[in-house]
Amino acid sequence: MSPNLRFLHVWRRNLKVWRKILIPSIMGNFGEPVLYLLAFGYGFGMLVGDLGEMPYMVFLASGIICSSAMFTASFEGMYSAYTRMDVQHTWSAMLGAPLTVDDIVLGEVAWAATKGLMSAAAILVVAAVLGLVANAWALLALPVLLLTGFTFGACAMVVTAFSKSYDFFLYYFTLVITPTLLLSGVFFPLEQFPAPVQMLAYLLPLAHTVELVRPLLTGTMPTQVLLHLAVIAAYGVAGLMIATRLIRRRLIR
Amino acid sequence: MAAAQPSDTPARSPNHPLVQAHGLTKRYDGRTVVDGVGLTVRTGECFGLLGPNGAGKTTTLRMLLGLTPPDAGELTVLGEPIPERAREARTRIGVVPQFDTLDPDFTVRENLITYASYFGLKGETLARRVEELLEFASLKGREDVNIQSLSGGMKRRLTLARALINQPALVVLDEPTTGLDPQARHHIWHRLRTLLSRDTTLIITTHYMEEAERLCDRLAIIDQGRVIACDSPRALIQAHIEPHVVELSGHAATVWLDKQGALPEGERLHRVGDIALIYTHDPRPLLQRLDADGLRYLHRPANLEDVFLKLTGHDLRD
Ligand SMILES: Nc1ncnc2c1ncn2[C@@H]1O[C@H](COP(=O)(O)OP(=O)(O)OP(=O)(O)O)[C@@H](O)[C@H]1O
Ligand SMILES: [Mg+2]
Repeated sequence: MSPNLRFLHVWRRNLKVWRKILIPSIMGNFGEPVLYLLAFGYGFGMLVGDLGEMPYMVFLASGIICSSAMFTASFEGMYSAYTRMDVQHTWSAMLGAPLTVDDIVLGEVAWAATKGLMSAAAILVVAAVLGLVANAWALLALPVLLLTGFTFGACAMVVTAFSKSYDFFLYYFTLVITPTLLLSGVFFPLEQFPAPVQMLAYLLPLAHTVELVRPLLTGTMPTQVLLHLAVIAAYGVAGLMIATRLIRRRLIR
Repeated sequence: MAAAQPSDTPARSPNHPLVQAHGLTKRYDGRTVVDGVGLTVRTGECFGLLGPNGAGKTTTLRMLLGLTPPDAGELTVLGEPIPERAREARTRIGVVPQFDTLDPDFTVRENLITYASYFGLKGETLARRVEELLEFASLKGREDVNIQSLSGGMKRRLTLARALINQPALVVLDEPTTGLDPQARHHIWHRLRTLLSRDTTLIITTHYMEEAERLCDRLAIIDQGRVIACDSPRALIQAHIEPHVVELSGHAATVWLDKQGALPEGERLHRVGDIALIYTHDPRPLLQRLDADGLRYLHRPANLEDVFLKLTGHDLRD
């Protein structure tokens, strides 16, 4: 067994639990975004009309796919991971076995990324069925969404590392996730903002996800691909390293 | 493995140390909770750690597992330096933690299988081992039950079974029988003796002195982070306490003791709560006096609890 693959044991444990509640999980993955798309898209789309060449529904669908990866991975890295750390002592049990904090944190972040990808992919399927996706190039969005899930999962684990209770997560959602959502071009184009706000938006990872995913879904080639990927990945790697350090300090003491 | 031992050797197997600790020290917030502990645990023995609440037993065990980095001291477990190679050592260790860490998202069998996966076990071997352990822990017929619906005894048995999934050379048990009824405790003891007969080494903490006396080949009494005695139960009793104990309790006993004034030479009085314990090498004169005055008493041989109370004092901890 290769030592750097031990995180897969942690990932697989979470997958096994998820499979036990497969039906409601998948219903949740599909149900909510469909409602959002239909309600917002038709309701709002009528008012907004097209954005340049793009119908609002198409614009919105690609945005929601990105934000869904962010939300799902963040939830998993906070509420679910915290439950396993502090309530169910799942990580304590793992530490009695030959797993390390590094394995556990990486496994949890990988799992958060997987869940982020699954929820984004579900919306992608719905969007495709509704005729909101241009062509099969859209599949290239999937690795970007997985990376996005990884990044937000890792950042969520940093928050988890110093949380004393679930209440703490609300601060993170209010102060970080919601502003990120509003600033990143999910619901309306970033160009609406004054230049300094746009600059700020590009300091956050989600804007880069949107810049990559939206063209891929509408059949055009994204530009500055490496730069976008690098920003998202930088947040992910930094988040993972900080989370691992903090959680090690919390558990190994 | 060494060749079979001649049947007259008392030790279970070769006497080389499986755990060797020198000067283990741990401080939390400037308070020293483990203070220069030295331990040697030999292969195949059952080694006990006794001590009042907060003595540092769990902290010591966590250090052995590499889950608490010591502030000072040297430690090898199963030949591996700890904490540097703790993960490697844990591939051959089983752990029964003080507080349950069973996975509530899984059934009994799924708990075993999932925990086994952390060791990289799979396939035929795993399936066979899971069945054996369900048998061993008397959990047959409960395989598919959720953890929440298990009794305390069953949870503990499952935790023990889980600790054995990797066929460990060393099993570390932190209060494995606390909170269990007598039947459940006997069941665990039986299983632990089975393990000892298979040459598995055990390190166990407990607050039950008769448990330690029954199971342990040797034990260390820890108080305020220091080892204050370490030997076989019998040797500890012989070294530290008079062989006879007479217990008195209640109001009549208090009155009688007051009337007696100082006890004669060779009779040592200790009070624990409302119980008076009189220790002596020769109980006959004392028993005669008690019988003459018609007092109720209990005369028994000295046991490990007497040693424990003598060495750690009679006051409440924490
Ligand atoms: N992570 C920690 N941070 C601060 N103090 C700690 C920590 N872990 C243990 N302690 C303290 O160290 C002391 C020893 O604790 P430990 O759990 O080792 O005792 P114990 O002998 O196992 O007690 P018990 O019989 O109650 O289980 C206690 O005073 C405890 O409060
Ligand atoms: Mg303890």
